[in-house]
Amino acid sequence: MTNTLSRAVGSPLARLEGPAKVSGAARYAAEYPQDQMAYAWIVPSPVPRGRLDAVLTDPAEEDDVLVVLWHGNAPHLEKSDDPELAVLQSDRIAYRGQPVALVVARTLEGARRAAQVVQLDITAEDHDVELRADHPDLHTPDEVVPGVPADTATGDVDAALATAPATVDVTYSTPALHNNPMEPHATIARWDGEDLVLYDSNQHPSGIAKTLGTVFGLPAERVHVIAEHIGGGFGSKGSARPNAVLAAMGSWVTGRPVQLALPRQAMFSMVGHRAPTVQRIRIGASLDGELTAIDHESWTQTSRLFEFVESPGVVTRSMYPVPNLRTSHRVVPLDVPTPRWMRGPGEAPGMVALECALDELAIRLDLDPVELRARSANPGYLSCLRRGAERFGWSGRDNRPRQRREGDWWIGTGMAGATYPANAMPSTARVRALGHDGYEVAIGAADLGTGARTILAQIAADELGVPVDDVHIRIGDSTLPVASVAGGSSGSASWGWAVTGACRALRESGDDEATFDTTELVGKMPTDRHAYGAHFAEVRVDAVTGEVRVSRLFGMYDTGRILNPRTARSQFIGGMVMGIGMALHEESVLDPALGAWVNHDLAEYHIPAHADVEQIDAEWLDEPAADLNPMGAKGIGEIGIVGSPAAIVNAVWHATGVRIRDLPVRLDKLLPSL
Amino acid sequence: MKTFEYRTATGLADGLEPGAVFLAGGTNLVDLMKLGVATPDVLVDVTRLPLDQVTELPGGGVRIGSAVRNSDLAADRRIRTGYPVLSQALLAGASGQLRNMATTGGNLLQRTRCRYFMDATMPCNKHLPGSGCPAREGDHRNLAVLGGSDACIATHPSDMAVALAALDAVVQIDGPAGSRSIPVTDLHRLPGDTPERDTALEHGELITAVDLPVLPVAARSAYRKARDRASYAFAVGAVAAALEVKDGLVHDVRLAFGAVAPKPWRALAAEQALRGQPATRESFLAAADAELAAAQPLRDNAYKVTLIRNLTAATLSALTGDVR
Amino acid sequence: MRLTVNGAQHHLVGLDPRTTLLDVLRERLHLTGAKKGCDHGQCGACTVLLDGRRVNSCLILAITQPDARVTTVEGLGHRGEPHPVQQGFLEHDGFQCGYCTPGQICSAVGMLDEVAQGWPSAVTESDSEDLLADAEIRERMSGNLCRCGAYPNMVPAIREAAGR
Repeated sequence: MTNTLSRAVGSPLARLEGPAKVSGAARYAAEYPQDQMAYAWIVPSPVPRGRLDAVLTDPAEEDDVLVVLWHGNAPHLEKSDDPELAVLQSDRIAYRGQPVALVVARTLEGARRAAQVVQLDITAEDHDVELRADHPDLHTPDEVVPGVPADTATGDVDAALATAPATVDVTYSTPALHNNPMEPHATIARWDGEDLVLYDSNQHPSGIAKTLGTVFGLPAERVHVIAEHIGGGFGSKGSARPNAVLAAMGSWVTGRPVQLALPRQAMFSMVGHRAPTVQRIRIGASLDGELTAIDHESWTQTSRLFEFVESPGVVTRSMYPVPNLRTSHRVVPLDVPTPRWMRGPGEAPGMVALECALDELAIRLDLDPVELRARSANPGYLSCLRRGAERFGWSGRDNRPRQRREGDWWIGTGMAGATYPANAMPSTARVRALGHDGYEVAIGAADLGTGARTILAQIAADELGVPVDDVHIRIGDSTLPVASVAGGSSGSASWGWAVTGACRALRESGDDEATFDTTELVGKMPTDRHAYGAHFAEVRVDAVTGEVRVSRLFGMYDTGRILNPRTARSQFIGGMVMGIGMALHEESVLDPALGAWVNHDLAEYHIPAHADVEQIDAEWLDEPAADLNPMGAKGIGEIGIVGSPAAIVNAVWHATGVRIRDLPVRLDKLLPSL
Repeated sequence: MKTFEYRTATGLADGLEPGAVFLAGGTNLVDLMKLGVATPDVLVDVTRLPLDQVTELPGGGVRIGSAVRNSDLAADRRIRTGYPVLSQALLAGASGQLRNMATTGGNLLQRTRCRYFMDATMPCNKHLPGSGCPAREGDHRNLAVLGGSDACIATHPSDMAVALAALDAVVQIDGPAGSRSIPVTDLHRLPGDTPERDTALEHGELITAVDLPVLPVAARSAYRKARDRASYAFAVGAVAAALEVKDGLVHDVRLAFGAVAPKPWRALAAEQALRGQPATRESFLAAADAELAAAQPLRDNAYKVTLIRNLTAATLSALTGDVR
Repeated sequence: MRLTVNGAQHHLVGLDPRTTLLDVLRERLHLTGAKKGCDHGQCGACTVLLDGRRVNSCLILAITQPDARVTTVEGLGHRGEPHPVQQGFLEHDGFQCGYCTPGQICSAVGMLDEVAQGWPSAVTESDSEDLLADAEIRERMSGNLCRCGAYPNMVPAIREAAGR
């Protein structure tokens, strides 16, 4: 069917790779057969701090073993900007679970067993893994993210708080959380002569080719990264992880293709996580709910290898206009794994504190929580509050807690705002006219389940004036034009912009091929723009057990133009499902004596199961942000987890009258007060 | 996983050499072997033995072959009507896939999910006697408040076993020294100072069946489980209960607690306290208190005492009014 | 050692007894539809049908299954037509990254057969109840984790596949 009049963008086109995914044909990183493939297994450090003196192997378990690599025999690597990638280069142990040796064997079974029985001669040292708000080593980082200061202050916060008619002063804490994409971090590495080929599960093929090139002393074009399908990432696959380097090293040494798929347990140490936070938030307001002051302080931890700062206070800088505002971040390096990006880094934990504290303020002022926010909301946010409240059926809510009981269940509702910056990053796309075969659109982007492949086809189809079927999208390959990371909710804006530019250039030039680089345009884009939203939750709390269930969860979003309502809705509800996990289930438990995440598997680290997700839905305003990018789109990948946990925590208070300020909200915390 | 020799058992009298273990559904054993926590030299596959039937016993009651899969047992009409607590407990456990694999005998013999036990690189008196128990000072939110020792506070993770404990089930055992039978409540040991031994089974002994006695009270029985997510999660507290009320008084009662002790915890003190008492919430709470008086909670698991108390009262209360 | 997968009989020479059914499928037979998410029966991504029943192939030693019929996601559907469950997942966007999807689909196929046999679930209150009510589908499918959170779209996909 050819219908060039109807626009593809905005239509609910089914995922292009859907048939491949439901039939099992879609190939993920560890699924490319190789001749003579060997298997690698990491040996994690059993101590959080110390020195590795020697590695001894067990001859009885060596039948299949090709090599056991450690710092005593591993090839030299060049330095990159990520010290975690300097694997097997030093005798220092920076955290429990750090890879200290790598077994490469002919079989998976042989590699796993040899790694289990490798003897590590280690000199353990005293360690410190406990985050405390009064830790003597806490310091102010130079920046929390490049270009974003650690501390800000406007007005006179102390004076405003001292004179405010109503105040709240509360401390919230969020635990360490792990991304846990369903596909473990995995790599198959192969050296074709001096060229490195990596089938790798990641969110940024272009960037990882560059990084691996640096590590192995190669130009980026000598490294070929293939990431056709990615089984989720949520941030942890945004940069090269040690698995890619280790697989490449193992392949170099053995001369065989090497597969390294991390066991789930290893994903709790060496690929990143969301750092725990402690946040004190003080709000001053007039008696009619005008916000006069906010002070948002936060404390978090990083590793000794690399300073990554989880930055909850940043969101408070833009969410509400407040004349007196102070935000600060302190971080302490500990003998723990390095935290990284996890969906909504900064925003997700930050909005727990801010939006729960606002709920507490609304209670103090005896104001409806929606109305309190409405007084300070910009137009887009205000629309989300109003329309969301209407769609959810908020009006008529009895704001008093512990009023609704059905059988053993206490029932309550809660809400919270949502926001996420509208980001874009420089990318390049190439379009080729293939004659009767349509057009090839190529960009080194990655689709980790977002729908990127599909919406890029829609964008190109409209720009070229052809049906989507005539557009052939090539992504997930570092040999394609350089693209930005699939992160920061920036993929659609960044890549769509480049694709739009390339298509327009092709049409305008009349040539068979055009390439477009957005670096200059992106540099001029406004940097202070955000998506907004409002989350509404209904929960029920079992008075007998303290178990919490989310009966209903609804998100209303102002996220610019929605390019594909089908995949967008999935992204929104997926973010909210992760929000349920953050509110109720997820917590990585660190044993202080061992320095270990003790619940390091999917039986003990609970992500929401199907039965945890009942009625959940999302809607959006669909108002294009025309001044941002040619599509008028804002990112949607993360906003679903920003604010939804607070809505649930607030609903639990409304149901039970119990205010939990230490996530996750679990039955053991509620039970004493029910 | 250490390499091993594999063979299929052909008869009950085969016996086991040292280092050999029986393999049935594999849902726990293969898991622990991959982790390096279990390192058998020989696996003797018992799934081809004729132990996969649920049959009626001559004098009444039901015999459950030890190789009967959890899902088949949960769906069995005789179990659903005569012993609903057992069907409910089975369905509250694991997932559809795991229930299709796990067997009755294997479910009973599954090992603790204590997070230290499950990691071969961590100290644990159960997998390496004498290495210490980090849980007592460390993570013990889901560990024992009853029956633990200084050496071990592991909990037994089975839901099914809690129901069987309440139902006076009897375990049929075959082994080199002949066959014997013991109450299911005697199958699991308390850890004392030898936590490495989970059960009363001798090496080479095989559970062949679990017998459910004739038990009229069991027709009104229920299992209630609390957990950290709505499904596919081990219990943080569970109660199996059967109740018969006559003239407002407790005529007969069976009660067992799960996820609070190293074994499925038959609450005999609570039962004793209840018999003849009014079938009221107050009696139920008092009975729970009688059993939980022995609880020794640690820093982070005291909630289990409240949880079991609440669950006991709620489950028994529901049975007083439940006519389904 | 023989193994029958999707109707084809394979002879596996030199099979390590430690090799799981999942690793045979993925590494020996290159049937990579069954996924490895946790390798310990904690996620369901490896779900296949063993003699028609859904199981976690990561916890089954291949050597124990010489007589079994294994069906993987690649073996569903008929003559190039997707199985109704696969079709339902496509129509309702029942996935995002796709990694748990083959396991979800095999699990749903096995689950529908369990429902057809009248098997109860943890949320079944009585015999007369609709065993494919939303709460039933959610509970019965809880052995398959999805980190993308595509659960709400799977429910109608599965219900429609059952002809409801």
